[in-house]
Amino acid sequence: MSPDAKAIQTAEAAGQPWVQTLHEWVTTVDHKRLGILYILYALVFLIIAGLEATIIRIQLMRPHNDFVSPQVFNRMFTMHGTTMIFFVAIPVLFGFANYLVPLMIGARDMAFPRLNAFSFWLTALGGFLLYFSFVGGSGLYGAGNAPDVGWWAYAPLTSRAFSPGHSSDYWTVALLVSGFGSIGTAINLIATIISMRCPGMTLSRMPLFAWLNLIMAGMVILAISPLTAAQVMLTVDRYLGGHFFDTQAGGSATLWMHFFWIFGHPEVYVLVIPAFAFVSEIIPVFSRKPIFGYPVMVGATACIGFLSLSVWAHHMFTIGMNSYANSFFAITTFAVGIPTGIKIFNWLGTMWGGRIQFKTPMLFCIAFLFQFLIAGLTGIMLGAAPFNWQLSGSYFVVAHFHYVIVGGILFALFAAFYYWYPKITGRMFNETLGKLHFWLFLIGFHLTFDLMHIPGVLGMPRRIYTYEPGRGWDTLNFLVSIGAFVQGIATLVFVANLVVSYFKGAKAGNDPWDAWTLEWSTSSPPPVYNFASVPTVASRRPLWDLKHPEDPDSRYE
Amino acid sequence: MSTMSAPMAESSGVWSLPYRGKVGMASLIFAESAIFTIFVVAYLFYMGKSLTGPTPREVLETPIFYTICLLSSSLTIHFAGKFLERGKRGAFLTLWLLTIVLGGLFMYGTGQEWHRLIYEHGLTISTNLFGTTYYSLVGLHAFHVTVGLLMLGIVLIFGLAGRVGVEQSRRVDVLSLYWHFVDAVWVVVFTVVYIVGR
Repeated sequence: MSPDAKAIQTAEAAGQPWVQTLHEWVTTVDHKRLGILYILYALVFLIIAGLEATIIRIQLMRPHNDFVSPQVFNRMFTMHGTTMIFFVAIPVLFGFANYLVPLMIGARDMAFPRLNAFSFWLTALGGFLLYFSFVGGSGLYGAGNAPDVGWWAYAPLTSRAFSPGHSSDYWTVALLVSGFGSIGTAINLIATIISMRCPGMTLSRMPLFAWLNLIMAGMVILAISPLTAAQVMLTVDRYLGGHFFDTQAGGSATLWMHFFWIFGHPEVYVLVIPAFAFVSEIIPVFSRKPIFGYPVMVGATACIGFLSLSVWAHHMFTIGMNSYANSFFAITTFAVGIPTGIKIFNWLGTMWGGRIQFKTPMLFCIAFLFQFLIAGLTGIMLGAAPFNWQLSGSYFVVAHFHYVIVGGILFALFAAFYYWYPKITGRMFNETLGKLHFWLFLIGFHLTFDLMHIPGVLGMPRRIYTYEPGRGWDTLNFLVSIGAFVQGIATLVFVANLVVSYFKGAKAGNDPWDAWTLEWSTSSPPPVYNFASVPTVASRRPLWDLKHPEDPDSRYE
Repeated sequence: MSTMSAPMAESSGVWSLPYRGKVGMASLIFAESAIFTIFVVAYLFYMGKSLTGPTPREVLETPIFYTICLLSSSLTIHFAGKFLERGKRGAFLTLWLLTIVLGGLFMYGTGQEWHRLIYEHGLTISTNLFGTTYYSLVGLHAFHVTVGLLMLGIVLIFGLAGRVGVEQSRRVDVLSLYWHFVDAVWVVVFTVVYIVGR
């Protein structure tokens, strides 16, 4: 650690008034601090949305349960979905991108540090607005309520007649505001990756993490903007008496569906591509091999990004499109399987013949590979229009997308937390607790989401607040709920590990994993200025070159 | 130690990357294009689907003069940037002011058209689908022109104070990129609303 950084840290430790520390954090434009703010913010909402999921699962634990009223149940699944996507998944992934991209490409900060802070605070305001609806949803009428229109808010549910008060408006404004924040961060990421790379860091030498986040940022720009436009239209309808989605004046409810899913489907890839990015950095390090098929990985990701813009209407097979549209969207949906398959084989190719170290981050990555594969397979099932007609709107769909988001994205995210924890905090996490978290979460996950497919096939619709006994759903739902509690306990182990290790963990040093990307060349945590001198790179693995001057990668690339 | 600078500086040739402002603005333009695309799609989708009048054919008049104003402002801002690059601040300021005047004229044209539609034909945003989509699309564009005019105005104020010189040329170019985009969008809006839509 440099003397400067040490001085700064001891100054922080040596009891400067907490107001000043708070002031520094609130006014910061440092990409690392903003990254941490994003991540902590997302963790808070993870707990809130997790509690909402728990309420849903308690209600569905047995038939004719009356733990919450139907109205509250509707609010819970709406808030759970909206929060998890917009205020957990996006911020946490942006947080990691913010923290790591400048370090990985050898930059001092993001391209636009103040825009970065502005974007974060917009996102934060969005989350606050969404939850303020609990208080202010009914305006002056007192009790208040939260949005209850589902996370995709289909018309005409959002029209004034069916959604009186302001709950839907809080939903709209929250998404609008945080959407601007997301677009800001995406612009920032693109400008950073294109314009701030250190000397020698050509595009073909960038870590895959930076490449994949570049593609993710491009998709945010193309996917979030339509949602923003649609929210503006919804606001025009609700406040200015417009007719965009007003079927009684010739408007179309279907158009909202199209606009929503033009955002909604690419959004899944916006979330999963950073997960790919984590896995693409972690698997090579713990397999002790460079990534297999680097250019193909970049190409496949770009291909996924491109294809994902043309699959949205597979969410709408049941609304009665013509057979050409059905065929088109089924075929494009199947086509996504090809580049995704390429990526899975590349990760396997990276592990093949490597000296694999089964540390906690690697365990999560391996589980990711299996689970993401299964999630993709059920996705192909649902992509077949005739099959979709049978199961759309059932718990099979719920199980499928939770398999993607929890089994895929969240597992990769846990891997990322463990992998970069030493860099961000300077301390090692507790490996035993990490493994306990992994196994508990794995068991809970499979108990919940493997079994959840079955009531779906047996005909259980999503979003029902209760059900009749004797349909063969009872035991399954009970076990699904038990699995959810197991996951909750596992998450507590995770949080405990993060907190305890922050104070008690062993010092990590610069490079605990013997890794190869630039962020491991600076101290842990990195100093404010990241690198004392601007690094220069000559290959994809600059730290390998540094550690093995007799046999550098640059000789072969 | 805080950093190791990686070895083997290849340092042959100068390391130059695109200007971040330009990349950022280009990204913003992509995002804005996506937003406009959705509004254009909505306009096209709802063409002729209004249940009541007035229809575009009855009330819209093609704003040819104001369109020429806006489009020629792209030329003036382009040459303003060129003059700034060469350090001719007087010519820069004149053309910059002309750009603002042309943009302002366009906004005046839009205002007049809206005034006529509202007071003579009773067409508001809630009258029918045409009103909803027309005011949203044209209004979204007008909003972007307004934002552009505000930013151009800020540059003008700094310019009059003598604070805009050759060294700001790259930044001014970023702003003119945005202005070109606003003009290009008008070509699309004009085609959709006044040619296809009638």
